[in-house]
Amino acid sequence: MDHLEELEAEAIYIMREVAAECEKPVMLYSIGKDSSVMLHLALKAFYPEKPPFPFLHVNTTWKFKEMIAFRDETAARLGIELLEYINEDGVRQGINPFDHGSAYTDVMKTQALRQALDRYGFTAAFGGGRRDEEKSRAKERIFSFRNENHAWDPKNQRPEMWKLFNTQIQKGESIRVFPLSNWTEADIWQYIRREDIPIVSLYYAKPRPVVSRNGNLIMVDDERMRLLPGEKVETKMVRFRTLGCYPLTGGVESEAVTLDEIVKETLAAVESERTSRVIDSDGGASSMEKRKREGYF
Amino acid sequence: MAEREQGITIDVAYRYFKTGKRSFIVADTPGHEEYTRNMAVGASFAELAVILVDATHGVLIQTKRHARICALMGIRSFVFAVNKMDLVHYSEQRFAKIEKDIRILMAEFDAVRVQIIPVSATEGDNITARSKRMQWYKGACLLAYLETADVIKDKGSEGFLMAVQRVCRPNHAFRGFQGQPASGGIAVGDTVRVYPSKETAAVAEILVGDKRVSSCEAGQPVTLCLDREIDVSRGCVLERESTVKTGAMLAVSVLWMDDKSLAPGRNFLMKLGTQTVPATILNIKYKVDINTGAEVFAEMIYKNEIAFCEIALGSKIVYDTFENSRELGSLILIDRITNMTSACGIVEHALLRENNLTWQDTDVTRALRETQLGQKAFTVWMTGLSGAGKSALANELEKRLFSMGRHTMLLDGDNVRLGLNKDLGFEEKDRIENIRRIAEVARLMNDAGLIVLTAFISPFCLDRRMAREIIGTEFTEVYVSTPLAECERRDVKGLYKAARAGKIAQFTGVSSVYEVPEHPEVVIDTTGRSVEECVDEIMTELKKSGLLPS
Repeated sequence: MDHLEELEAEAIYIMREVAAECEKPVMLYSIGKDSSVMLHLALKAFYPEKPPFPFLHVNTTWKFKEMIAFRDETAARLGIELLEYINEDGVRQGINPFDHGSAYTDVMKTQALRQALDRYGFTAAFGGGRRDEEKSRAKERIFSFRNENHAWDPKNQRPEMWKLFNTQIQKGESIRVFPLSNWTEADIWQYIRREDIPIVSLYYAKPRPVVSRNGNLIMVDDERMRLLPGEKVETKMVRFRTLGCYPLTGGVESEAVTLDEIVKETLAAVESERTSRVIDSDGGASSMEKRKREGYF
Repeated sequence: MAEREQGITIDVAYRYFKTGKRSFIVADTPGHEEYTRNMAVGASFAELAVILVDATHGVLIQTKRHARICALMGIRSFVFAVNKMDLVHYSEQRFAKIEKDIRILMAEFDAVRVQIIPVSATEGDNITARSKRMQWYKGACLLAYLETADVIKDKGSEGFLMAVQRVCRPNHAFRGFQGQPASGGIAVGDTVRVYPSKETAAVAEILVGDKRVSSCEAGQPVTLCLDREIDVSRGCVLERESTVKTGAMLAVSVLWMDDKSLAPGRNFLMKLGTQTVPATILNIKYKVDINTGAEVFAEMIYKNEIAFCEIALGSKIVYDTFENSRELGSLILIDRITNMTSACGIVEHALLRENNLTWQDTDVTRALRETQLGQKAFTVWMTGLSGAGKSALANELEKRLFSMGRHTMLLDGDNVRLGLNKDLGFEEKDRIENIRRIAEVARLMNDAGLIVLTAFISPFCLDRRMAREIIGTEFTEVYVSTPLAECERRDVKGLYKAARAGKIAQFTGVSSVYEVPEHPEVVIDTTGRSVEECVDEIMTELKKSGLLPS
């Protein structure tokens, strides 16, 4: 078995343990590349059975149209149960990424997720988090426990020994499970190429209407986009390396239109990013740990 | 230290890198003794350990501790990086002395591969390239060694072995058993044996992920279908030519990881492979001095200590020694109240005692005795504060049952302590043993067909849970919930007065906690009520649950 096969086997083992031991699991599905890999692994893990849990998309209502189309097409093609949750309170209050900054992320993402998990009573939620993403994640276990307020206590993590995952919880508590913990971004892309996993078209370069803002290329995905004085919409050959809410996600100019080209371009970029990530400020790591104690996924 | 000042948790940190030859996952673990459990977490995951030795200090107590933890968790490949060689002027003599000490240390562990490399991390000597300043060292540099090291995985059984994680049953036509083989391969047509039933069947179909294949190997995520219907569920083990065993009593080495200490008698959930069963620590044989390896007498085990103990399981499990099978010989103990992973451990051997003792089924069974007596046997367990009314209720209930022609026995706290348990004191391990003996006696009497009533304060949830597990399903817990103030007002035996005056240590309700039952079958507050009225309520519950005819 090579490294990718070992990572795949580890993730499948984890998913099967959760399905066998946890009362009401759910898999978070954010439509991005990590979610695509996780979904692909879940299909393999339980085959010929369908994954024995639903998938949950927390929608901020500001996602790219191509993401939502891909999401719906994927769910229909695979015949999986997909739940969508929108924080309707936030929508009524008109919370948006232009006026509300970090409050927007808190209300439409963090709080929305907590509401969704409480509403359905999920006891375990798979997330696509990887330990190479940032410093506080590097110390988080694969099975990460949350109290009834969805808060994490990093000082009281359960020791995780061998493959013996302890899934016991009290009523009201829940578990976040990260089956991709040991994957790197490079592993994700190589696995997508090897397994030929469908990903959102936004990862491929295409002429798209964009404005240049603070050095980022922001796509004008619908009429809600607000232009600042002097900003001009141009059509550029652009693709996205990460996906999120369109007004907050910067694209890069690229000519990569095949999976091979994307993977090649991304792997080159991953290397340079790794170098810059080494000097990640420690204050940043502490503040991330703080956010997670408060219930950030 | 820097981490602590910043308020960041000191724990295992995972880092990832890749070279042209190999992908690496590094579990960077703290080395100080108070973080032993964190090192164990990293070591349990690893195939190879790199242990740093400071060339200016040589082999220290901590070096020995690190090697011992890694070996305990199953690592068989070691690299000792003798660092700071620049500070000892790249001295070959200095290195030779340290190398000799390491060889002596590692001779303690069997079947290990040891590589010792002189390095200077700050100067870059022998890290990614051979150092020109240590021409006397002829081996590979650290990175080159790691890239090519042949890691020893499971050195035990080569035969096929797989713990079943789940049964996959998408429709009536398909029934597959999903898991990850711990060792060996298997092919379509091969015969496997299912434990614990020991039935055999041939492999009819193999899936690796979503692909049909003719054979599979250890480590792959597989689904196996057998050629005939036999009883297989999660926790079963499929094997071929391996050395698995079944049993309910084991000798284990545990690394204790909980803030609470470990006392004999304590009850846990044990997870081994894909099996989870209740487990009781029978005794602590000794603890291992983690720094020297010496065996030391111990009554209690504290956080980060290693102990050799004997444990009894709630039911038979399928296991092997850790030496034979890393997967079926490793275990965790889970606290039944906090759910914390309190300990991890490895199976050293079966308890021979168990082989000499087998439960003898007698021809006159409990059911026959019950029929002869014309009743169903069960136990009513009264719990509550001193003075709550347990004994009065038990006494009245027994009279009521007796007058109905039932055969009963009442076990009362003081009476048992004056006889059967007169050798026991009031410290934790004695208190657990007190309850255990009472529960075992209640069970024997139930087996004799008798109805048993008990009246003990039994203030701790864990102890009551143990009693429930020993006695079985015919168990009715009655929580006599009379409030402390009322109990203290009654103070029949004058004990509260004495406790308030400081004359009785650890008195429940005054200086020791009473844990309220979470799911008692009956709750009765006797305040302002007659004994008869309260017993009526218990009788109603016993009829409702079918233990007494209605």
